[in-house]
Amino acid sequence: MIHIDLTDQPIDVSAALRSVEADGAGAINTFIGTVRNKSTGRPVVRLEYEAYDSMALHQLRKVAEQAAEQWPMVEKITVIHRKGTLHIGDVAVVVAVSTPHRAESFAACQYIIDTLKQVVTIWKKEFYEDGDVWVAAHP
Amino acid sequence: MNLKIALFGIAREIVGQPTLEVSAPEGQSAQGLLQSLHARYPELARLSSLAVAVNNEYAADDTPLQERDEIALIPPVSGG
Repeated sequence: MIHIDLTDQPIDVSAALRSVEADGAGAINTFIGTVRNKSTGRPVVRLEYEAYDSMALHQLRKVAEQAAEQWPMVEKITVIHRKGTLHIGDVAVVVAVSTPHRAESFAACQYIIDTLKQVVTIWKKEFYEDGDVWVAAHP
Repeated sequence: MNLKIALFGIAREIVGQPTLEVSAPEGQSAQGLLQSLHARYPELARLSSLAVAVNNEYAADDTPLQERDEIALIPPVSGG
């Protein structure tokens, strides 16, 4: 069972964890991405996330489905990504995966966050005290 | 034909608006669209990558575009 969301509200991490609970699960693996105070040594004041919503939701679901296909023992997957303005320490993304045994939950969770960063249509702009940059935009 | 293109992130800032309407020859490919946009907006060519999405999927270079497609420019993504 797969649950995907893209929200401009703070992510409820506990609710995300509860959403992957399953009687057949002996493991729940979670990745929580948070806003760091530095980027390549430069102090970050805040971030803004922009999304192409319909494609982001579609691609997030595809990534979760690929994980469920690659690790068929997966019980449940939840992926929630934040958009809008975020400050230091805010939760930007949560990936939670439940499986019968731990190895698959680690692997599937890592696959989802790594692939999300490559394909999901969300853009991050970092704001510093003296400027701003779209992350990864230029070589 | 007329194509309506949705723009995001740095591509939106370079073009200066969230959508762009362009007239293109029938059967224009995704690659052909990018080439004409690079000519019009040289800063787009300086990005690490720029993909075309058609109906919420990444399009191959030779994908033919159609007027009814939902088309978007996808600069380098940076979610997570």
